[in-house]
Amino acid sequence: MTEQAPALILLIPFLTSILVAMIGIAYRGICWYLALISLAGSVCASFTTLIRVLDEGVIRYHMGGWAPPFGIEFRVDALNALVSIAVSVVAFITLVYSKERVETESPNKVSQYYTLFLLLITGLLGIVLTGDAFNLYVLLEVSALTSYALIAMGPKRATLAAFKYLIMGTIGASFYLLGVGYLYIKTGSLNMFDIQEQIVANDLQQSPTILVAFILITVGLWIKMAFFPLHAWLPNSYAFAPTTSSSIMGPLVTKVMIYVMVRMVLTVFGPVYTFEVLNWNEIVVWLSVIAILASSIGALAQTDLRKMLTFLIIAEVGYMVGGTWLANEAGMTGTIYHIISDAFMTLCVFLFAGIIFAKTNRRDINAVDGMFKKMPMTMIGFIVGAFSLIGIPPTAGFFSKWYLIQGGIESGNWEYVVALLISSLINAVLFFRIIEIAFFGRKPVEGHDHHHGDLHSKICEAPASQLISLWGTAAILLLIGLYNKDIAGIIQDFLLQFNLATGG
Amino acid sequence: MEFLQHIADSFNYWIFIILMMIGLYAMVAKNNLVKKLIGMSIFQTAIILFYVSIGYKENATIPILSHALIHEVHHEEAGHYKEAVQEAHHDEGNAAEAAHAAAEYAAEKAGKYLEHSDHAILDINPDDYVNPLVHVLMLTAIVVGVATLGVGLAITQKLYGEFGTVEESEIIEAIKFEK
Repeated sequence: MTEQAPALILLIPFLTSILVAMIGIAYRGICWYLALISLAGSVCASFTTLIRVLDEGVIRYHMGGWAPPFGIEFRVDALNALVSIAVSVVAFITLVYSKERVETESPNKVSQYYTLFLLLITGLLGIVLTGDAFNLYVLLEVSALTSYALIAMGPKRATLAAFKYLIMGTIGASFYLLGVGYLYIKTGSLNMFDIQEQIVANDLQQSPTILVAFILITVGLWIKMAFFPLHAWLPNSYAFAPTTSSSIMGPLVTKVMIYVMVRMVLTVFGPVYTFEVLNWNEIVVWLSVIAILASSIGALAQTDLRKMLTFLIIAEVGYMVGGTWLANEAGMTGTIYHIISDAFMTLCVFLFAGIIFAKTNRRDINAVDGMFKKMPMTMIGFIVGAFSLIGIPPTAGFFSKWYLIQGGIESGNWEYVVALLISSLINAVLFFRIIEIAFFGRKPVEGHDHHHGDLHSKICEAPASQLISLWGTAAILLLIGLYNKDIAGIIQDFLLQFNLATGG
Repeated sequence: MEFLQHIADSFNYWIFIILMMIGLYAMVAKNNLVKKLIGMSIFQTAIILFYVSIGYKENATIPILSHALIHEVHHEEAGHYKEAVQEAHHDEGNAAEAAHAAAEYAAEKAGKYLEHSDHAILDINPDDYVNPLVHVLMLTAIVVGVATLGVGLAITQKLYGEFGTVEESEIIEAIKFEK
């Protein structure tokens, strides 16, 4: 079984999605259990894969026994394995959360919802694992098409947002496809590792065709990951989608796109080409500074809780794009670490927003009014996620920001360091505002009302499935923080082969 | 004149860029959602044309070896063939040359087979055949494009059901009015 683990990671949810589509129509209740079992299998397979990668080094899995560069290859190294664990665990937790929510939010479409949900996970896991550039495009579209449908299942405003996302997503994916076409013209290969070998072997680094390919792929991915000036599709899509949809897409889709960007930079074009031959490091870091500041300020202006969180996602994308182009080991470690920790902290706050929406049916920030009395357990889970987004130790967010800031200092990009700190401060303002409203209540309480208020603030917690998922995420955030040495160690070992600049 | 010559030499790229820009313009600037989707289709078609055109060779035909009995070559030989293709690919590092080497090898094998069965030795030249791989890729891309268009039309239909219009500005008005 362990031989086949890399393929099983995505085959289990894929085959289950077909099963859910077929028998889910007749037996609606069974869908959730089937999905749960399949994602549990996927989580196990990704852990098995990581353990194998750490033991034996890179795994080369040939799909259908066809040898690369002709067949499609899954080449799993520490980077894929870590990100695939993050994706499958986030998917599993969101699925646990979704039990009641899907039945209330899309009552007649439970089996369709879970089919799309599993296909989205299949697409994302496929993107993470595949070693073939064209295969990646197809999986990109699999995940994109399912996310359009998952968003459009929401209320009226979500439908228009889904349409805009469809237009922007198609432009992004098409740019990527064009870029792959240009790479194919020059290298005659679609296998990512083979492309890199061909670029080096044929000395194509000065070729304008490769430059065009690089620009098209990078811009396409920036559209897909909502890097600041190209982010317009994201806030409304994720803010108005059904809560389960935004809980799965908010943490995963942008993060997986950042993984693809890191993969393109490290494996396909190579750090030498990206950072030394092109040397756009300063420009891209400045772009990311603008992205971080603009979207943090955008978040301050929001009164809608989930919309505020979507702006934080865009700011985090800025962190990671900037971290990649710092062009040193600490920055890259921070970026990869942040992919993992950000997936979980975004999940944590989105689950919280979903729970609040389910309880109060309100979207605005004031809906958390007095929640410490009504839902103390939920608030504790939320606080861990909020602290992680601010970057307070020992949560995961602190350590990934630590590496990013270290990278910024080593490469001398002080503007990036400043932007990161300002953004953290803005996060602190945003979250302490929510915590304050939840703790003290919005209105000044007077003597008479106080007694009256107490009667109404009985403990009334979220359903167990939602609470467990929130607490699970919070626990994982603390674990990622506490085991930061081990995770950073895995990432640094992986980065050794690329000879990135190290400071001091 | 030099510029015109340059355009004439690479007119397939120019056409695909013009088509792509038409599509992009429609996707961004049109107010009608269905027109946006039409623009999206043009955009994707441009990319498909681009891919198909890079597989083209002058005076070449479809890549079907009508006389050769490649499929009857023994399994063992097929294995050698695959290896040879790989070797050629790695050594030459160029798609065209890899294909050339592969076809030469295949021709040699087929020729040997035919010698055994008292047929005439065949003459297979890879320059006579267009590159089939890009066409296969585009089959997949066409399927993806159709699926995207389908999802887009379904969402448009849902929007029409909710707002009674497919004009983007009117839908935005309606959303503002509801607030």
